[in-house]
Amino acid sequence: MRVPLSWLKDYVDITIPISELAERLTLAGLEVETIQYIGQPEAELPWDPKRVVVGEIRAVHFHPNADRLVLAEVDYGGAERETVVAGPPSLLDLRGQEDVHLKVAFAMEGTSLYDGYAEGWQIKTLKQATIRGVSSRCMVCSEKELGLADRHGDIIYLPEDAPVGAPLVEYLGDAVLEFDIKGPFGHVLSVFGVAREVAALLNVPLRRDALQVLDRHPSDLTPAPDFLTLEIADPDLCPRYSAALIQGIEVGSSPFWMQMRLRRAGMRPINNIVDVTNYVMLELGQPLHAFDYYILRAKPGEDRPAIIVRRAQPGEQMETLDGTLRTFDGEMLLITDGGGPVAVAGVMGGLESEVTEDTTDVLLESANFDFISVRRTSRLLGLASDASQRFGRRVDPELTVKAAARAAHLMAGLAGGSVVPVVGDVYPGQQPQRVIPFDPAYATRILGVQVPTEEMARILTSLEFQVQPATDPETDLPIFQVTVPSHRQDVERPVDLVEEVGRIWGYDRFPTTLMRDELPPQRTNHRLEGAERVRDLLVGCGLNEIITYSLVNLEDEGKLRLGGPASDPDDYLHVLNPLSAERDVLRQTLLPSALHTVRDNLRFVDRVFLFEIGAVYLPVRGQTLPDELRRLCIVMTGPREARSWMAGQDRALVDFYDLKGVVEALLAGLKLDGAFEPGTHPALHPGRCARVSVAGRGVGVMGELHPLVRDGFDLPAQSVCVLEFDLDGLLFDWGVSYRMAPLSVHPPVYEDLAVVVEEDVPAVRVHDLIAQTGGALVRSVVLFDVYRGAQVGGGKKSLAYRLTYQADDRTLTDREVAKLRGKIVRRLEREVGATLRS
Amino acid sequence: MLDQLNRLEGEALAALETVKESDALAEWDRSYLGKKGALTLLLRAVGDLPKEERPAFGRAANEAKVRLEAAYEARAEALRREEMVRELEQGTLDVTLPGRPAGPGHLHITTQTLRRIYAIFAEMGFQVYESPEVETDEMNFGLLNMPPHHPARDMWDTFWVSDEALLRTHTSPGQMRAMREYCPEPIRVILPGKCYRYEQITARSEHQFYQVEGLAVGRNITMADLITTLTEFARRYYGAERRVRIRGSYFPFTEPSIEVDVDCILCEGQGCRVCKYSGWLEIAGAGMVHPVVLQNGGYDPDVWSGFAFGPGVERPAMLKHSIDDIRLFYGNDLRFLRQF
Ligand SMILES: [Zn+2]
Repeated sequence: MRVPLSWLKDYVDITIPISELAERLTLAGLEVETIQYIGQPEAELPWDPKRVVVGEIRAVHFHPNADRLVLAEVDYGGAERETVVAGPPSLLDLRGQEDVHLKVAFAMEGTSLYDGYAEGWQIKTLKQATIRGVSSRCMVCSEKELGLADRHGDIIYLPEDAPVGAPLVEYLGDAVLEFDIKGPFGHVLSVFGVAREVAALLNVPLRRDALQVLDRHPSDLTPAPDFLTLEIADPDLCPRYSAALIQGIEVGSSPFWMQMRLRRAGMRPINNIVDVTNYVMLELGQPLHAFDYYILRAKPGEDRPAIIVRRAQPGEQMETLDGTLRTFDGEMLLITDGGGPVAVAGVMGGLESEVTEDTTDVLLESANFDFISVRRTSRLLGLASDASQRFGRRVDPELTVKAAARAAHLMAGLAGGSVVPVVGDVYPGQQPQRVIPFDPAYATRILGVQVPTEEMARILTSLEFQVQPATDPETDLPIFQVTVPSHRQDVERPVDLVEEVGRIWGYDRFPTTLMRDELPPQRTNHRLEGAERVRDLLVGCGLNEIITYSLVNLEDEGKLRLGGPASDPDDYLHVLNPLSAERDVLRQTLLPSALHTVRDNLRFVDRVFLFEIGAVYLPVRGQTLPDELRRLCIVMTGPREARSWMAGQDRALVDFYDLKGVVEALLAGLKLDGAFEPGTHPALHPGRCARVSVAGRGVGVMGELHPLVRDGFDLPAQSVCVLEFDLDGLLFDWGVSYRMAPLSVHPPVYEDLAVVVEEDVPAVRVHDLIAQTGGALVRSVVLFDVYRGAQVGGGKKSLAYRLTYQADDRTLTDREVAKLRGKIVRRLEREVGATLRS
Repeated sequence: MLDQLNRLEGEALAALETVKESDALAEWDRSYLGKKGALTLLLRAVGDLPKEERPAFGRAANEAKVRLEAAYEARAEALRREEMVRELEQGTLDVTLPGRPAGPGHLHITTQTLRRIYAIFAEMGFQVYESPEVETDEMNFGLLNMPPHHPARDMWDTFWVSDEALLRTHTSPGQMRAMREYCPEPIRVILPGKCYRYEQITARSEHQFYQVEGLAVGRNITMADLITTLTEFARRYYGAERRVRIRGSYFPFTEPSIEVDVDCILCEGQGCRVCKYSGWLEIAGAGMVHPVVLQNGGYDPDVWSGFAFGPGVERPAMLKHSIDDIRLFYGNDLRFLRQF
């Protein structure tokens, strides 16, 4: 919403600089986004008060050497008239006239102006020039040259009463405040509404003349005027409908001042009738509509036009002012006449009943509509207007007749004609005045600042609340009875009044206070801490954290199900209004997005080691909300070590065991014991896939990507190691306290043990047998060599372990160690058919 | 025998002079002072001497031994010194060569930002409370004082997954869940998490983003407390020198409602493109919990009051690090992520 300061000053005196006013309004909740200065010193192009003035063309002469140019003699308040070369078509016909009185914007040599002929906004300095043989050092300006319009057109003609010689900035300069108003606050969507806030903020009086036209021109308010049949068939959607008749008007242009204000407020002038409806809407916030009275039809058997406000019949149609044929549903409210729809209530008028050049009598609609209904209709028709935007944020129902009187008399004044002193007014939705008991102590309790009671009363009164001292019936303490003015449709409860006090008092005046309240019970967040621990451990392993989109597409998830059935759309939660088909379901696995991330990154880096922790969304039958399960996903691909100059760097590609190392580090960091078993997964290499469990609970799979899946995600032909775990399963046993293991002071004995077993004996079996048999005395069992080849025979492998024997309470003797070792070897022979490799 | 002893000592000292490395020194030690060394053997032969000569020889021999041992020590020390000098001379590295790559990875910038926010609020007694991303219409809107058709619903463009369920447009539904879980205890929580808006993805807007809602409910919670809490947060996060501005605003679930600005850290409040030439950057919406919302959460608004606030997560990070495109956050380009 744009509010010209010059207009605002009609209702309130502004005693502080504009920038300060904008700041005060912003702090009070009326956010001023920009201030556009016109001609004033802060503008990009200030109008020099001495060199840009009101001038008057007194004579127009032929240019001796040019047909399309004239010589204009201008009185600018100086001792002599100045003759300038000018070229506007509007002056050509006046050539030879000696008694001209045209007020213009006159610029003198040395001043800066925008270049009227250049693209965009270029500032030039006005210099003496000889144009087709005639010297000229001043000019009459177009709107573009002054920065008033972006198109170079005719020169500006000022009203006759413009004072010759006055600085133009005083006459035409302005500042326009552009607001971003949030919330359903129809009461500030007008110049007057802003003025009311300014009056409260600056503690200055508010001039209400514009609202008091009806008092000066008394009219009868009647539901049955003799010029109109007026019916509200659906009062639930139309609390009030008022209509005024203006007869004998002549449609033409509206005056300069009105056009200027409309344009500064962001509207295009059309004609004096439409302009008045817009002007009063901008001024008071009441949308108005002008019908051509003689086009409105009567009901059968009646001789006067009818206005019937009713819901549309489903499928009913009408062409709106913008030339589009609209079709309505049964919940949309229409304004109809005796023959059919003439307007979409509160949204837009119909083309047929529009005011034209030939209109002589205008029926002015000033009505109030249910804000939810207007919003709905506007949204469904895809049709937003200045009217629908105001109605959609609630308009004061008391305003209809006041605004109608204001507009009707403006029309009569500008377009001739007379206002019929009877106003049609049907008001089925009249609400009783709202009275709210307001305890100043409650305001203090909520705000935490002691605003003086009389200041609270002043603030509320200045916003047009009526404040009466009263006594609280329960506590017998003094309170206020506050009557809510009809324009404050948003105020329902005491706390709404607290907000008025707070924002006008000024949040910048609030003291710094620490919460005095009791501290709530403190709880640890085990769930969050577990995830954060996992993140830290994985980052420590060299992985980078990613966060991808929760919205994915089924095709990507399907790429993981090699050869299996396609993903069943019914198993997924769909977005009913997706932004694109790319992202229309909620994911059930983190892998596809992680693989896309890998592919994208491999264009720039050779090692991509990453992880994500995030939710997957599993719909549950009979449940409104899905289960949101946290998952952990890891992908690693590329050379094991970053490229460097060092000898012995390991540039081999990472494989299953690199990923397993990360998992082992993760489990160790979480103090969890994991078990790895050969597994299968459609997306994984059948021989390089492990199912992982923790404390007997399966937590997920890991492995190398199947080559076909790799191709499906456009990944290069190299091992891509992936993992997806159920994070909550993984962390199920995390966080139990544990004790440190004692550090033995007795010397350890180290011994290597190499055994040959069949290829199909899992290494973990051998390891576990050694560890179990060795018991507490075998402190560690580290596999340091795996050998296959001629020395051990086909189908077999040799596993070499380094064992550390140690006791807490004594130095182990060679005999003890030898005995234990023998026991281990015999167990291995017996259980896995191992033979000792010598 | 004494002559023999003198000769031996002279010979040993001469030999010691020629010793140039530690192996040779150990060999010298063995051959003169060791168990089977020459001096040891000579000492053992003392029994062959006539009784009256024995003490004198013994004294002389011991004195010779002490001298040889001292000479050995001196020589050993000299050798150590020489070796150290050699090592220092030969061990010079080109310190400008790159180090061996050592490599922790990087937490996502969003995680890092969240952790900073958690830490700041933890010191003020706020704990993390998590709630679902897929929410009911009722939680996301209805119970937050936005019944169906409420005009304020327009403030959030929503992804719907069914008639009753949606992707939460803000973390505020977590307020309701926290209140219903903790009622009638006082509450101080922050609610972080992913939110979604039906918005085209551009450099300035994302359909997925993070928010951290804050909620305090108690018997003496005031607007002044809220302003102080947010001012404290802004200064802790953006820097102690920051100025904070509180403006009136509108949210359906708070009353009074405010917005919090800090002076633009890019232009120091002078006005730039990012702050739309206002000199201020909006960092959070906030307000006193609306009585209807308190009631819906189980708290009697005549006794309890509360405040809520909702700073974003990406925006603070963007400002702090001059990131000009929000798409970088969830595009996951490692060249971006590794910078944080
Ligand atoms: Zn800035």
